[in-house]
Amino acid sequence: MSQVVRPYGDTTGDGMVQMSFTLPVPHDKRAEGAALQLAAKMGLAPAMLVHAAAMGEGHTFFVVYGSATHLVDMSAVEVVERDYPLLSPKDVNAAVKRSLRRPLVVVGACIGTDAHTVGIDAILNIKGFAGEKGLEYYSEIQVVNLGAQVLVPDLVERAREARADAVLVSQVVTQRDAHIHNTMQMSAAFREAYPAGEVPLLVVGGPRFDEGAAAELGVDRVFGRGTTPSEVASYLVHALGVRHPREPKKRTT
Amino acid sequence: MTAPAPPPQLDLDPRTVRTARALAERLGRPVVDIARTHTTVSVERATLRLAGLSGGDHERVPWVNHLVDEVRAQVGLEHGVTTPVWDALRRGEAPDLLTLAQKASAAAVSFRLPEGGDRTRARRAASAAVRPGLRRIDRQRAARERLVARHGDPEQRPWIYLIVATGDIYEDIPQAQAAARDGADVIAVIRSTGQSLLDYVPEGATREGFAGTYATQENFRLMRAALDEVSKELGRYIRLTNYASGLCMPEIAALAGLERLDMMLNDSMYGILFRDINPIRTFVDQRFSRQVHARAGIVINTGEDNYLTTADAVEAAHTVTVSQLMNEYFAKEAGLEDWQLGLGHAFEINPAVPDSFRMELAHALLARQLFPDAPLKWMPPTKHMTGDIFQGYLLDGFFNLAGAMTGQSILLVGMMTEAVVTPFLSDRGLALQNVRYVLNAAGGLTEDFRPPPDGFVQRRARQVLAESVDLLEQITSEPERAGSAPLLEAIADGTFGHMKRPADQGKGLEGVAVKAEAYDNPAITLMEADGWGGSA
Repeated sequence: MSQVVRPYGDTTGDGMVQMSFTLPVPHDKRAEGAALQLAAKMGLAPAMLVHAAAMGEGHTFFVVYGSATHLVDMSAVEVVERDYPLLSPKDVNAAVKRSLRRPLVVVGACIGTDAHTVGIDAILNIKGFAGEKGLEYYSEIQVVNLGAQVLVPDLVERAREARADAVLVSQVVTQRDAHIHNTMQMSAAFREAYPAGEVPLLVVGGPRFDEGAAAELGVDRVFGRGTTPSEVASYLVHALGVRHPREPKKRTT
Repeated sequence: MTAPAPPPQLDLDPRTVRTARALAERLGRPVVDIARTHTTVSVERATLRLAGLSGGDHERVPWVNHLVDEVRAQVGLEHGVTTPVWDALRRGEAPDLLTLAQKASAAAVSFRLPEGGDRTRARRAASAAVRPGLRRIDRQRAARERLVARHGDPEQRPWIYLIVATGDIYEDIPQAQAAARDGADVIAVIRSTGQSLLDYVPEGATREGFAGTYATQENFRLMRAALDEVSKELGRYIRLTNYASGLCMPEIAALAGLERLDMMLNDSMYGILFRDINPIRTFVDQRFSRQVHARAGIVINTGEDNYLTTADAVEAAHTVTVSQLMNEYFAKEAGLEDWQLGLGHAFEINPAVPDSFRMELAHALLARQLFPDAPLKWMPPTKHMTGDIFQGYLLDGFFNLAGAMTGQSILLVGMMTEAVVTPFLSDRGLALQNVRYVLNAAGGLTEDFRPPPDGFVQRRARQVLAESVDLLEQITSEPERAGSAPLLEAIADGTFGHMKRPADQGKGLEGVAVKAEAYDNPAITLMEADGWGGSA
């Protein structure tokens, strides 16, 4: 299989893409020319301007189709591949029993000013997401969902109270990198509050995160858009299993 | 876009409707009793704002906060702050209210609880000081009526409601004016995320906000002036909306009345459920803010759409109806009239569910028929906007269609980039194009759409109403504890939006005080004595 691909419109190799954008100029012939110039600089050749319409007095909206001159080298693509096995709820429960011999405690929250609980709820609530039940459904996982706009010191305190094994933080709506600042603040607070080696697993999720940025953010794992509850649950048992390797049972006679 | 026919009718049993309202009243009354017997720091600060105290120190801490905090530290909150404040002014502690607040911030004033004649005179002085603030609210209400008469209301229903939220008031203004020129009838300036949890109202024109712009008196004034300008240009009165919610609900309501905002987000339970604000704080603040809104002729917008973002829109449909009934009861108790009740509901059913659109029609018609004289606010899909903007654009089209077919009053324009980015200029333009097309093409469908008596839509609406009555009955039968109310117990149990919010927890609890026998608040006294719809 070829390692180089181009966008697919209706024929292999045609490179066709569509895009839309607005330029801050009134709609006239010059504006349309400007749109085509931008398309060319973005690597579309030839580019077709299929729609242009004024958006108010000083702006024009464009839809452009064109053939991308760029190639994608599949062998140079870097992603965070799942490095743990995907388990069913039953297997997750069994793994928790085996490695912890007590329920796994998960504390979840939206921190900072973010009031959008849709992400954390999708992972934690029984209702779940994408046809999968959330972590509350797992008999061996105990969930404490703190909801929205939880302050970092409160999160640390509640995590200690609950003796959390893992802390899940969601950041959905963010501006000016607030999700990054909040997450770094959170991970720093946990490292300060816990003795080294006893910090709960810190997991953040949200559509704007870069899944490869865990180390930079000071957390154990970053989950992006479309993550399902079973992925999170499988990750938790995998990571905790590594931390708490099963000790051989002592035989007393 | 011609005036559409009245919305289609459902065969609802009038007895069931009466039962639902009676139950809502039974649930609401004990909560109103709690609201009447408590005060909060924010109610007291709002009263001082009506007396004209504004501005803040070099760190932008408002003088109203300094003054209330200092009075509280010296003599407590339970008598209200106005009596000790105007007593101090009468005793010559400071020549005027602003100086008194400034001295109080340095703890250089001594407050006392005056007795006898001193008390009477202090209260009279406080009342005289608050009255001009209420008069200014009355004048603003009259000004709105005059401008609506001059420029006119939008030609079509629903009114088109659009959000701007750049964080910078000077960026918001041209965007809001452009949106009005592009067809918006109502402009909402979303607040900076997190403002609801600030226990003070920021000051001045602001240019730094997160996913929204701070609500300040100056920002209100600037935006209202800009919309007055564009109203004149367009020959259509453009309404302005902001948020009276969070810890400063009463103060924001007062500022909105003073600066002639036209609509305010103001839900009875939203702060409790979604911001984890203490329930008692919320109900006390809410009652005062609604009294101010009633006086100011402001239309409130309630937040039932939010329940459906956390709970399932089919299973939890009846919690929306229950919340609408509660919001209606609390609003009317505080003096608001039907035309001021922008009760909320939303198009949030999972589009993958069979018959989702038919259910949306049923739910929307149910609200329409239960509250025929209320300007219902119809909210667009958010939960099932996935980032597939093309599917999202279609879903918004169906949302617009449901709004048109069921005679909704205020339509919040949905953005295809919901949950992706803050809307681009072009997203807004495309969204308005969507609304215009649907209203133009199908606005008249209210005439043709007649759901058959025992068809799907009618049955579904009756089912939701019946479930609402069941839930209300179930809550009314909660065991009552001293100092609590069944509704508070239900909120603590997670009945609404799956959020558990006990009455003795939550943010802002420390700002609540039980009123003493001798509590006095001239603003409340004047608002309750004058009645509402106050003449200028």
